[in-house]
Amino acid sequence: MEGFALLLAATFNAGTVLAIAALGLLINERAGIVNLGAEGLMLVAAIAGFATAATTGNDWLAFAAGAGAGALLAALFGILVIWLNTNQYATGLALSLFGTGFSAFVGIKYTQAKLSERPHFEIPGLADIPFIGPAMFRQHPMVYLAVLLTIALAWFLYRSRAGLVLRAVGESPESAHALGYPVRRIRLLAVMVGGALCGVAGAYISVIYTPLWVEGMIAGKGWIALALTTFATWRPARVLLGAYLFGGVTMLQFHLQGEGVQVPSQFLTMLPYLATIVVLVLISRNANFIKVNMPASIGKPFFPGS
Amino acid sequence: MTSQSKRSLIKLAGWSSLAAAAALVGCGKKEEAPAAAPAAPAPVAAASAPEPAKAEPLKIAFAYVGPVGDGGWTFAHDNARKAVEKQFGDKVVTSFVEKVPEAADAERVFRDMAGQGNKLIFGTTFGYMEPMLKVAADLKDVKFEHATGYKQADNMRTYDSRTYEGAYMAGVIAGGMTKSNTLGVVGSIPIPEVIRNINSFTLGAQSVNPKIKTKVVWVNEWFNPPKETEAAQSLINGGADILFQNTDSSAVLQTAAKNKKFAFGWDSDMTAYAPDAHLASSVINWGPYYIKATQDALDGKWKGGEASWWGVKEGAIDIVSISDKVPAELKAKVDAVKAGLKDGSFVIWKGPIVGSDDKEVLKKDEVADDKWLGGVKFYVKGVEGKVPGDK
Repeated sequence: MEGFALLLAATFNAGTVLAIAALGLLINERAGIVNLGAEGLMLVAAIAGFATAATTGNDWLAFAAGAGAGALLAALFGILVIWLNTNQYATGLALSLFGTGFSAFVGIKYTQAKLSERPHFEIPGLADIPFIGPAMFRQHPMVYLAVLLTIALAWFLYRSRAGLVLRAVGESPESAHALGYPVRRIRLLAVMVGGALCGVAGAYISVIYTPLWVEGMIAGKGWIALALTTFATWRPARVLLGAYLFGGVTMLQFHLQGEGVQVPSQFLTMLPYLATIVVLVLISRNANFIKVNMPASIGKPFFPGS
Repeated sequence: MTSQSKRSLIKLAGWSSLAAAAALVGCGKKEEAPAAAPAAPAPVAAASAPEPAKAEPLKIAFAYVGPVGDGGWTFAHDNARKAVEKQFGDKVVTSFVEKVPEAADAERVFRDMAGQGNKLIFGTTFGYMEPMLKVAADLKDVKFEHATGYKQADNMRTYDSRTYEGAYMAGVIAGGMTKSNTLGVVGSIPIPEVIRNINSFTLGAQSVNPKIKTKVVWVNEWFNPPKETEAAQSLINGGADILFQNTDSSAVLQTAAKNKKFAFGWDSDMTAYAPDAHLASSVINWGPYYIKATQDALDGKWKGGEASWWGVKEGAIDIVSISDKVPAELKAKVDAVKAGLKDGSFVIWKGPIVGSDDKEVLKKDEVADDKWLGGVKFYVKGVEGKVPGDK
């Protein structure tokens, strides 16, 4: 039982990284922009966060630095695809490759840096409840913030006027434009907020999850987050659940090995992507379903005045 | 002879061998290799003949699989490179290329190194074996040293360290310190070297605590800190209170620290990464071998086709920075093992040793030879689960 509680705890921890990044990408995609640069963006944010934590010793400043780095890089991407109308997919891929190389370059002198001892968090009282305590209430605050973020984003998208505008921009930029909304500026803002969230996720990896800097340390989590938005059919709550599911698969493969069960870890590594393809196939079979959930203008450039 | 005229002699020799090689190219590929061999050593012979004036330094190059800042495997190799520089001063010039992938790129890197005039080239990971073999066959005047491999050539030899001796000594400490009697190992890639380390770690622990169980989680990579973290966390969740790893980063140690458990440093001294969780570091000191290889090359005594496997006895393996938390009598046991390994009175792989399937793999008093050790593909009793790929 104790072991299962700890497995759950590790799952929430692993899922949090994916959830925060995927929620950021969800905001992008709701506005009609796909940012394939997530992996590179998270890497740059990871080194920015790690460097900040190493020099200031403050983890929250590190998250801020990660968010700032993410937003800055995303803004660059946004200007390219929104104003210069470069191809979103090609630009995103270029950003990903650039981020990988750039983070490795600026991170050279941090490869052996050490952070101060990592704080241990638990919620007094709740942490001592049998089973639930160790499973849920001994986590870094970011784990709970991810849940709050999910709720806030769901409310924003479906209950607030601003969210409605954002969705309108993603569904039909022409209509939003005709109504007088600054489509391109809204898209840029969405891209930057999404980039900032990816940045927070990146910093969480290098500062809390694996507190050290090694180049390429995001190790594919950016791509899983991208797959996750599709897997969750662009719904915040499903993103969170999907993140826990994918995180759970990651942890389970090691857990099973530790228990002496033979599962090739390579097989489990490919599962999230396989699941995403299955979901894509399923939703593609139902035209209505796509219409309801998938932002209609996703990936398409917008030319005002045309 | 002045250094001026010597240099021109070298130049002359170099040009003539180049011309000879160029002439041979026309003769077709088949003849090139054997015929080029005698022509090529000419510049070396010219350089070493008149000793008094300042000799051209021996150029030595190192190819590393990771970044020198990995704090583990590659870091240890680079420390040894520095030891060579310190030992030989201006008689050698060393250089390195880091993060050379274990793939086709490696071959290009070795050729570049030779092209830059390096006469002694070290490749420090198993995956360089085939590329190095290929380059060695083409460049007969360059001496190649390959770590952890098993294929040699006339101008290529192999070297390795008995890391399992360090693993055994770490095991002795782990066996005496555990409260749950459950140890956890984060394994990299299930090859005999790593399986042997897991077994030796377990045997060491069992030597002081027969109730020991070892859980193993494989990450199938040498270096992936997030994966190593996740694997370490799952071992702790599964009840392991002391961790050991055969991966290259400090992530396992740091995960142990986060969970208020214990772990070891591997390859390099990792105390600084987590002073409270660190029990000891099993370190490899490649220095003695690198110095010997360089000396061999300088003296003209370097011979290919050999394989060296150095351990505690040769000063290549040690256990260092043992924590104050380790009681004195346990430390004494480790010291006894170390002394025994040094003078040869103690042998780790000596029967009776029983496999995890309860079959005896070594009979009483039977001592495993190096060939046997090179083929370890089973777990000893006490290690849970099965070796991946084993049916």
